[in-house]
Amino acid sequence: MPTKVIVDCSTGITTEVELTTEEIADLETARLAAEDQRKAEEAEAAARAEAKAALLDKLGITEDEAKLLLS
Amino acid sequence: MATTYTLISSNVLSSSAASVTFSAIPADYTDLVIRLSARADGAIVNVKITFNGDTATNYSQTYLIGDGSAASSGRQSSVDNFNPYGVNASTYTANTFSNAEIYIPSYLVSQNKPIGFFGVTENNATSSYIMPSAGLWRNTAAITSIGIAPNSGNFVSGSSFYLYGISNA
Repeated sequence: MPTKVIVDCSTGITTEVELTTEEIADLETARLAAEDQRKAEEAEAAARAEAKAALLDKLGITEDEAKLLLS
Repeated sequence: MATTYTLISSNVLSSSAASVTFSAIPADYTDLVIRLSARADGAIVNVKITFNGDTATNYSQTYLIGDGSAASSGRQSSVDNFNPYGVNASTYTANTFSNAEIYIPSYLVSQNKPIGFFGVTENNATSSYIMPSAGLWRNTAAITSIGIAPNSGNFVSGSSFYLYGISNA
């Protein structure tokens, strides 16, 4: 069973509490949202790389040459 | 010399946990600092931070992310937690941990609370990140509790969390 840790700063006592059913469901929702975000970021990065490669190809220069131009 | 940097509480996880909360934070200091070294068991993980259990859309942040070859910046307004940096996830080299410092100035004042973050992932491989962030919690209450959680999965055993109080002297 997943747990959460609570550190009471007034006493120094640490308590480990089992998550409720609702909290476990929230965790799963968060996991799915994080997974969706990861997929979106990967798709965005892939699209950006593809556009960059297409532009370099159109210009007929390499990435290193493009960096040199912008330096 | 006056003591200006005091350990309030700490926790080193002996087993995995979905979150770590510092509660009943004393009103004895000027600022707070959290230092953490963490790893989580999800595939891609950011750390969520909340104050006083507030999960309403009262948080904003502006962040930078650099990986040594590219840098990016972004902003999130009116979100329900601080999500300032990525923590080492299951995809990272085994037994490597990210680390971060969170600075919370004037945590007792009756004003909105600006927050400073600085975090890095360490991977013992080519991919690692540096992530500074500026945050704001739009709430005038004194901070009495701080919740820290991965946005996916659990913090693994060995993750450590330290809460310090800073006193003006």
